[in-house]
Amino acid sequence: MKELRLMKGNEAIAEAAIRAGADGYFGYPITPQSEILEYLMAEKPYETTGMVVLQAESEVAAINMVYGGASCGKKCWTSSSSPGISLKQEGISYMAGSELPGIIVNVVRGGPGLGTIQPSQADYFQATKGGGHGDYRLLVLAPASVQEMADFIPLGFDLAFKYRNPVMILTDGVIGQMMEKVELPEFTPRWTEEEIVKMSGDWATTGKTPDRERNIISSLILDSAKQEKHVKKLELKYKAMEADEVRYETFQCEDAEYLLVAFGSTARICQKSVDIARAKGIKVGLLRPITLYPFPTIPIHELASQVKGMLVVEMNLGQMVEDVRLAVNGKVQVEHFGRCGGMIPNPDEIVKNLVSKIIGG
Amino acid sequence: MAVITREDIIKPENLVYKRTSLLVDCALSYCPGCGHGTAHRMLMEVIEEMGIQSKTIGVAPVGCSVLAYEFLDIDVQQAAHGRAPALATAIKRLMPEKYVFTYQGDGDLAAIGTAETIHACNRGENFVIIFINNGIYGMTGGQMAPTTLPHMRASTCPYGRDTETMGNPLKITELVATLPGTCYVTRQAVHTPGNVRKTKKALRKAFEYSYAKKGVSLVEIVSNCNSGWKMTPVQSNKWMEENMFPYYPLGDIKVPAAE
Repeated sequence: MKELRLMKGNEAIAEAAIRAGADGYFGYPITPQSEILEYLMAEKPYETTGMVVLQAESEVAAINMVYGGASCGKKCWTSSSSPGISLKQEGISYMAGSELPGIIVNVVRGGPGLGTIQPSQADYFQATKGGGHGDYRLLVLAPASVQEMADFIPLGFDLAFKYRNPVMILTDGVIGQMMEKVELPEFTPRWTEEEIVKMSGDWATTGKTPDRERNIISSLILDSAKQEKHVKKLELKYKAMEADEVRYETFQCEDAEYLLVAFGSTARICQKSVDIARAKGIKVGLLRPITLYPFPTIPIHELASQVKGMLVVEMNLGQMVEDVRLAVNGKVQVEHFGRCGGMIPNPDEIVKNLVSKIIGG
Repeated sequence: MAVITREDIIKPENLVYKRTSLLVDCALSYCPGCGHGTAHRMLMEVIEEMGIQSKTIGVAPVGCSVLAYEFLDIDVQQAAHGRAPALATAIKRLMPEKYVFTYQGDGDLAAIGTAETIHACNRGENFVIIFINNGIYGMTGGQMAPTTLPHMRASTCPYGRDTETMGNPLKITELVATLPGTCYVTRQAVHTPGNVRKTKKALRKAFEYSYAKKGVSLVEIVSNCNSGWKMTPVQSNKWMEENMFPYYPLGDIKVPAAE
C-alpha cells in the first residue's frame, strides 16, 4: 500500500532518509533547511530504526561526523544551505579523497556572503566543479519536486556506495519549503553489522579482526607518484559516472525548434513557459538535467542538431549555461536568462527572453 | 667463572618485556628522542592487554602523528586538522560497542579543533582523547602553538611568545575538566620509566571509564620536541621538567565521582 502525504520538501527528504535505512544524520540549523533537523528530532528515529540524529556544533563538525560514520561503512548524511555548505567543503574534499560514500543536501539560498534566505541556484559551480580543494567530483542530483526530494535519498545512497563517492542533492529554497503530494518510499531496514562487514569489510573501519589486515581511511599520500595514481583512480570513477549515470528529462522536445534548458525549480517554471510559447505558435521544448554531474552533454549535443537555439534559464548569473555551451560546441546560439539574489523568474519573462535573445524580435 | 653467552640470555624463560605485537614492526617517522613513540607503545600495550584490538577504532590527527595509522595495528581513520573529535563522536554513536579514541597534538586539539574538542567533551561522548602537548607545531617546522610557553621561542615567535600580543598558553585540559561531560582528565608524561608506567595506567583507566559510558576521558601527555625546541633529547627532557611541568603540572585533574 503506497503511503501518500502532503509534505514540505525538507520534511520529505528527512522522512525518506528514515525509510531508506540511514544510520546517521548530522546537521546544524540554517534557513531555509532547518526543518530537516527539526523533523528528525521530532520523529525520533533513534527509537524506531536506530538512526542517530545529532545537532553538531557547526557545519564543519557535522560533515566530519559524516566522514567518521561513512568510514565505518554506515549510511550517513547531512544537510545545509549555501553558507553552511561552504563550511563543509573541507570535509567534502576529504570524503572524496578518502573515497567515502554519503549524502550532502544543499537547499540553496542567494549569495554571495550571508546573502539572502530566499531561493537561488547560485551554487551550481560549487556543486559540480569540485567545491573544495583538489581534483574531485561529486555526483550531483537536482530534484524538481517534493517527490524527487524523497526519491533521491535512496537513489543517492545507492550511487554513493556504488562509487564510494559523496553525492550532493542540490535543491533550493523553493523545493525545500513548498508542500506537495509525495508518495513515500517503502521502509528499508538499516544494514546490520554483519551486512556492513560483508559489503564494505575490505575498506571500512569496523574493527580489525584476525582474518584481515587493518583498514585505514586516509586521503594523505605523500609520495607524488602514488598521489597521481590515486587521483587517476578517482578519475576512472568519474568517467564511469559519465558513461552510466547521466539522468535527464525532456518535455515537448519531439518537434521543438527552440530549447529551454533548466534544472530544479526553474525547470518547473519553464514547463509553463513552454505551454505559453506553444499557445503563441512557437515550438519550444525543455530539457531538464537531473544529474548536474555527470552532465547530460550528449543529449544536449544531439538536440543542437534539431533546434535553432537554446535559452538556459537559471536562478543565477549564468553557471550551467557554460556546460550547455560546451555540449553545443558552437553549433547553435546559446543564451542565458537568469534571476538572482532570491528572485524567481516568471514564465512570461522567460518566453519574452526566448523571443528577444534567441528567436529575434 | 663460566662465560655467559648471548644464547644463554635469550631464552623464553628470561623474557620479561617485549614489544607489543600491536605496534607495527617498522621504523617510526618521529625524531629520535621524541615522546610520541613511547606514547604509541603504551597505547598499544593497553589495547593488547585489554584484548580489544578488534573492538577499537582510532582517529589520527594532522600534525606529527598524522601517520599514526602506519604504526598502530588497528583500524584507523585519519581526520582533517582539528576534526578528530567530530569523527570519533560519529563512530562511537554509530557503533557504541566499540572502543574509540583520538590521538591529537596541541595545535590540532587546542587551536584549530577547539570547537570540536570542547563540544565533544560537553556532550559527554564516550571516547578517549589522547593529547600530546609539546608546546609547538612539530610537523610544520616549529611554529608557535596555543600551548607555547610565555617567552618560549618558535619560528613564528622568533623573539619569544609575547603574551601581550599572542596571548597566554591555553590550559585546555583544565578547561575541559570543568565540563560535566568529561569523566577523567589527567596530565602525564613519558620521559622516565616511572612516568611511562603512570601514563599506561591512565590510558587503561581512560578506556575503561569511557567504555562504561561515563563520558570523555582526556589523557594529556606533556612531551618534548627536541627538534622543534632545538635541543638534544636529554636537554629537552630537562627543559620540559624545568619549564613545562610548572605550567602544566602532572597528575589527575578530574576523576570519576565513585573514586
